[in-house]
Amino acid sequence: MNARKPWIKPVLTAHKPGGMNKFGPARPQLHQSEFDGAALEPLLAQYGSPLFVVSEKRLRENARQLRRAFSTRWPKVRHGWSYKTHGMGAVCNALHQEGAWAEVVSELEYRKARALGVPGSRIIFNGPWKPDAILEQAMAEGAAINLDHLDELYAAEGIARRLGRKVPVGLRLNFDTGYSEPWSRFGFNLETGAAMDAVRRIGASEWLQLNGLHSHIGTFVLDVRAYAQQARIMAGFMDAAEREIDCRIDYLDIGGGFASRNALQGIYLPPDQVVPGLDQYAEAITEALTEATRARSGQGKPLPVLVLETGRAVVDDAEILLTRVVGGKHLPDGRRAAILDAGVNLLFTAYWYNHDVRPLRANAGLAEETVLFGPLCMNIDQLRASVMLPPLQVGEALCISPVGAYNNTQWMQFIHARPAVVMIMQDGRIETIRAAESLASLSGPECLPAALQTPFPEQPAR
Amino acid sequence: MEQQQPSHHRQAVALPDPATLKRLALSDSGFVFDPVTGNSFTANGSGLAILRQLQGGSTLGEVVAALGAEFEVVSPVAERDVIEFIGQLRNAFK
Repeated sequence: MNARKPWIKPVLTAHKPGGMNKFGPARPQLHQSEFDGAALEPLLAQYGSPLFVVSEKRLRENARQLRRAFSTRWPKVRHGWSYKTHGMGAVCNALHQEGAWAEVVSELEYRKARALGVPGSRIIFNGPWKPDAILEQAMAEGAAINLDHLDELYAAEGIARRLGRKVPVGLRLNFDTGYSEPWSRFGFNLETGAAMDAVRRIGASEWLQLNGLHSHIGTFVLDVRAYAQQARIMAGFMDAAEREIDCRIDYLDIGGGFASRNALQGIYLPPDQVVPGLDQYAEAITEALTEATRARSGQGKPLPVLVLETGRAVVDDAEILLTRVVGGKHLPDGRRAAILDAGVNLLFTAYWYNHDVRPLRANAGLAEETVLFGPLCMNIDQLRASVMLPPLQVGEALCISPVGAYNNTQWMQFIHARPAVVMIMQDGRIETIRAAESLASLSGPECLPAALQTPFPEQPAR
Repeated sequence: MEQQQPSHHRQAVALPDPATLKRLALSDSGFVFDPVTGNSFTANGSGLAILRQLQGGSTLGEVVAALGAEFEVVSPVAERDVIEFIGQLRNAFK
């Protein structure tokens, strides 16, 4: 006996009929050792695990692709970067440098955009609650404000009166496209007449001027016909509003909701087969809009700016999450389970996506059905219910993607500090864009009353 | 069966029934066939080595020692993986 063979964990895989189907063979074993040209294992070694990694290049390319898809089909296009999708300053500023405005939905987000240096005149202010002080600031600074409900309309009118000038405002609409589940909680409903009531109310106001319409039909909308119908309905309402009162609609804001190349749970086919490309969305929307505004063009009226609040489709595949295996076991039902150092605390979207998971190294051995659990003391902390993975040693690094949308805004500090986020810059350098949290991040804002300074007062302090 | 195991080494794991394991047909390529249930499996190299050791009546300690001679693995790692693998065998071959 000379050289011993390398150790690979023992695997026994049962043969099951029915694994193949006409849509393709079983998932091949893949690995991902780099992202946007950067080797991933050295990144983990330097910054620790888990680690979020953003590609600046991919982010900018996606934004350009969106702009190209629409601006080649419609004369005036504006992209509002959705801060709630990814609100980190580095991400926001990369997209602002690509020409995107800020699309914010709260006081905090408005202040964040201003603190980054975005002028109020390039902020789109949405959301169901805009406190008076920030609404006044936004109106004074010339932000594009989309009103959500009547109380907000009256609040805006009161502020405009105080400012002593007529202020332009947009109206958020909701309606049924017939293709996607109607979202009726935001904005004024079209079918009940509430939207036209709001138009008339603005028309009667000395202080408000209607200049835009907004709607957002849903999220991860896979049927481009829903957007085409949205565009037709909004264009029709624009004409109706302009007939009803003295106003000129400058913009139609169709919100966000374009799907990213992620695998939504419950959808059988892989994302490559079901998720429309940005060009397909653009084609459907601009074709419907062109048709619906033909008469308008004939009358010599200017075409509205088409505003997009695309978040997910721009940022999702520009970020990955690296994590390490910290333990493993076999469950009573025979499935193998791996415990990772990243869970739903960092990957909120695991509740509705089946993320792609790949080892960093080309791993020998048979793929086995595996459940991926996170490190939380919570039964719901499961990142994948079933994924085929080769044998995993403790310490094995995995790459989870795409994770750019909503995870860094909805992650939670629950029993673990949140990890660092790094960005692979366009020139290949690595920059930390958010430092890893520590105990101080958690207890820093806390205050201990004098009587509660020590846990065991009867014992002398150490 | 207890008689076959060295008295100084208490088993840290309940081994599958040797009679059940002996009936399995193993091929060098890792194909494992159970003629009683008709189920078939694929085992990787280390899995096959463990199965062969157990078919020969080896104890946990002997399996671990044999693996250490054949593979680049230290005893605690091999033992941990063998214990988990035996758990799978018990469920797969009843």
